[in-house]
Amino acid sequence: MASVLGVYAKVVRAQIRSQTQYRLSFAFEVFGSVIINGLDLATVFVLFSVAGSLGGFAGPEVFLIAALSAFAFSAADLVVGNADKLRDYVRTGLFDTLLLRPLSALWQLLAVNFAPRRAGRAIQGGIIYAIALVVADIGWDVPRIVLAVVAPIAGAVFFGSLFVAGATVAFWWVESGEVANAFTYGGNDFTLYPSTMFGDWFRTVFGSVLGFSFVAYLPTLALIGRSDPLGTPDWLRWCSPVTALIAAVVARAFWRLGVRHYRSTGS
Amino acid sequence: MPRAPWALMVAGFRRYATYRQATVAGIFTNSVFGFLRCYVLLAVAAGGTVAGYSGPQLATYVWLGQGMLAVVNSWTMLDLAERVRSGDIVADLLRPMDPLWTYLWTDLGRAGFSLLTRFSVPMVVGAVAFGLYLPTHAVTYVLTAVSIVLAVIVGFACRYLVGLTAFWLLDIRGVSMFWSFASGAGSGLYFPLAILPDWLTAVLWWGTPFPSLLQAPLDVAVERGGDGHAVLVIGGQAAWAVALLFACRIVQARAVARLVVQGG
Amino acid sequence: MIISADGLRKDFTVSRKAGRFRRERHVVSAVDGVDLRVEAGELLGYIGPNGAGKSTTLKMLTGVLTPSAGTVRVCGLEPVASRTTLARRIGVVFGQRSQLWWDLPLAESFELLRHIYRVPAGDHATRLARCTSLLGLDEFARTPVRQLSLGQRMRGELTAALLHGPEVLFLDEPTIGLDVLSKQAVRTFLAELDARGDTTVVLTTHDLADIEKLCKRLVVIDHGRVVHDGGLDELHARYGSRRTLVADLDAPWPEGLVVPGASVVSVENRRVTLELDGVAAGEVIAALAKAVPLVDLSVREPQIEDVIARLYRGER
Repeated sequence: MASVLGVYAKVVRAQIRSQTQYRLSFAFEVFGSVIINGLDLATVFVLFSVAGSLGGFAGPEVFLIAALSAFAFSAADLVVGNADKLRDYVRTGLFDTLLLRPLSALWQLLAVNFAPRRAGRAIQGGIIYAIALVVADIGWDVPRIVLAVVAPIAGAVFFGSLFVAGATVAFWWVESGEVANAFTYGGNDFTLYPSTMFGDWFRTVFGSVLGFSFVAYLPTLALIGRSDPLGTPDWLRWCSPVTALIAAVVARAFWRLGVRHYRSTGS
Repeated sequence: MPRAPWALMVAGFRRYATYRQATVAGIFTNSVFGFLRCYVLLAVAAGGTVAGYSGPQLATYVWLGQGMLAVVNSWTMLDLAERVRSGDIVADLLRPMDPLWTYLWTDLGRAGFSLLTRFSVPMVVGAVAFGLYLPTHAVTYVLTAVSIVLAVIVGFACRYLVGLTAFWLLDIRGVSMFWSFASGAGSGLYFPLAILPDWLTAVLWWGTPFPSLLQAPLDVAVERGGDGHAVLVIGGQAAWAVALLFACRIVQARAVARLVVQGG
Repeated sequence: MIISADGLRKDFTVSRKAGRFRRERHVVSAVDGVDLRVEAGELLGYIGPNGAGKSTTLKMLTGVLTPSAGTVRVCGLEPVASRTTLARRIGVVFGQRSQLWWDLPLAESFELLRHIYRVPAGDHATRLARCTSLLGLDEFARTPVRQLSLGQRMRGELTAALLHGPEVLFLDEPTIGLDVLSKQAVRTFLAELDARGDTTVVLTTHDLADIEKLCKRLVVIDHGRVVHDGGLDELHARYGSRRTLVADLDAPWPEGLVVPGASVVSVENRRVTLELDGVAAGEVIAALAKAVPLVDLSVREPQIEDVIARLYRGER
C-alpha cells in the first residue's frame, strides 16, 4: 500500500515539475485562483450587506456556512478537480494508455492531471474557515470539535464523489461536461447559502434528495446549536460523514460501470 | 451581405449546431443556475428592491443573464491560442482575409446559434417558473437586441486579445483564468453592479469593458434609467467595441512580426 | 504457448441515420472468429488492410477491450480480468498514442515508469543502457518529449515499453510516419530483440519492408478473419508468386518463341521479361541461351507487395 502511494506521489511530483515549466503563466494561475476563490465568498458578503441577514441567519452564521462550503469545495477541487479531463482522454483514445499500466485508471487520471495551482485556494479556504469558526462564537464541546474537523473532510469527499460521477458520464456521452457542471458548480453555489433561501421543490431536490444541505448548512446548524427552521430532525444535522460515505460508494460503483462500458464498446 | 463574411457566419452557426449534446447540456446548466441565482437574489430582496431593481426586474436580470452567457461566451477561449501553440496559425495568416475578421464572423455565427437555443429556452423556463419583468416600451426590445450584438463583439475582441498573448506566453492558462474571473465579476454575472460602492461602479463602467458584456444589455432590457440611459449605455458599448477591435489589430501586427512557431 | 486465442470475436453496434429522425442500428464484426497461437520468443507479423481488425485484436490481447466471444490467454492470464497483473508482464506501443509525459524530458519519463512498474534499479539501468546504445538515445534524452521528432519519440516509446522487461511486446504500427533512418533503427533494434529470444513480439504493420526484414511468421487478417498463418515463403507459394527473369538481347525477340518452363510477360525493344513457372532458373537460362543471343540477365524474387495486394483484393 505504501509503495503504491509512493508511486502516485512520484507521478504527482512529476506533474508539478512539468507545470511549473511555464513559470510566468503558473504564477498568474496561482494568483488567479486565489482571487477566484475569494469571489464566491465576496458575493455572499455583498449580498448579505444589502439585506443585513440572509435566509434568516445573521452575519457570523452566514460566514460559517459559506466558509465551510468554500473550503470543502476547494479541497475537493485540488485532489479530484481534474477528473473532467476524462472527456479528453476518452475522445482521443488516450484512456487506453491508462489501462495499459499496472495501476488504477482513476488514480492515474487524477495524479497525471494534478493541478498544483489549486493548492493556493485550498489553503486559503482552510484559513478562512478557521477564522469563521472563531467568529461564530460556538459553544465548544467534544462532539462539536470533532464535527468542526470532520465536516470539511466530509464535504470534500462529497464534492469529490460528485466530480468523479460527473466525469464518468463521459464514458457514455463524451460531450457531457456541462450537465455535470450544473450539479458540481451549481451544487457549490447552493451550499454557500443557508438552504432556507431557496424555494420548496428546488430545495428538496438539491438539499435533501441530492444531499447538498449536508455539506455546510446542517453541520453549521449543529455547530452553532440551532435547529433547522425547515424542520429537519436535530440528529440529522450531524450526519454529513454518512452522506459523504454514501456518495463515495455510489461514485466508485458508477466509475466501475463506466470503465466496464468503455472496455466493452471501445473508443 | 458580402459573401465571405456571410459564409463564415453560416459556417460558425453550423459548426455549433452539430454539438447537440453540449447544447442540451448547456441549456440544462443555465436553467439550474437560473434557479439558484434567482432564489438568492429574491431572498435578498425579500419583497422589496435591491439597488433599485424590483423583484421581477431581478428575475429578468438573472434569466436574461443566464440566457446571454452562451451567446456572449466570454468564458470559452477561442481556438486562437491553441493554433498559435501548435503552429497552425501560419495557415490562418496566409489567407487573404485577416484572421481577426474570419474569427469574428465565425463567432457571430456561433452567437446566432446560441441565441436560438441557449438563450430562448432558459428565458422560457424562467418566465414560467418566476414572473419576469417585461419591457413597457417597444423600442426597448430593439435597443436590447442592439446591445446584445455589441456585447458579443466586445466579448469577442477581448477573447481575441487574450488569445493573442499566446504569441508571447505560449501557455495562456493563467491569463485566461484571470480574464474569466475579471469578466465574470465585472460584468454583473454574480450580482448587479449597482450594489457596489459608486466609485467602484464608475471605475468598472468607464474604465473596463466588462460591464458591456452583460450588465449593459441587462440594464437596457429592464429599462433601468429610461431610454436616455439606454442610449448612453449602448454608446459606451460601441465605443469599447471599436477601441478593442483596433487594439486587436495593433497587437496582432506586433505578434506576427515577432512570430516564433513552436512545435516544429 | 504464451498467447492463445480461440474464436476471438468483437462486435460493435453501429448506428446510422436512416432518414430524418430514425436511426438504423446494425452489428459490425470487427473481429470475426480469430484463432491465434504464439510461442514464447516468436516475432509475429500481424498484417491486414485498414479496418481489418488488427488494432481491435491487439486491444483484446492487452485487456483494453472486452471480447464479445471466444477465449484469450496471454502469459497464462485473462487480459480483461487480470489487467493490472498482466500489465506488468507486457509492453505496448501504440503508434498514435504516447505513453510518455509530454512536457518532461525523456529521461524523466523513464524514471517515472521505473517507479510505476517497480523495476529494480539495476535491471532498469542495464536495459536502459542497452536501448540507449542501440537506439542512439543519448542525443535527445534530456529533451522534453513534445519537442522530439516522430522518429525520436518512437525510439523513446520502444525503450519505455521494454524497461520493465516484459515477456511480450505488442507493437501497433510502430514505423508509421517515420523517416527512413528511424525505420532502419527500429527494425535493427527489433531484429536484435528477436535474436536474443527472451521477448515475444507481436507486430502489426502496414509497411511491407518491416515484414520482409523481420517476420518469419505472418498472420494476415482481412474483414476480421485470418486468411493466412505461416511463413513468408508459404505465402509466396500459396499465392503463386513467381520469380521473374529479365534478359537483355543482342537481337529482337523472335515472334512466337516459346521457352519451356517460362511465360513471356513483356517485350520492350531488346529487353524481355519472363515469368518462371516454378522450374529452376538454370534450365530456363540454358534454353534461352540456345535460342537467342543473350547480353545480360537478372533474376527478380517475388515482391511481397504483389502478394499482399492480391491478398487484399481477395484473389487466389
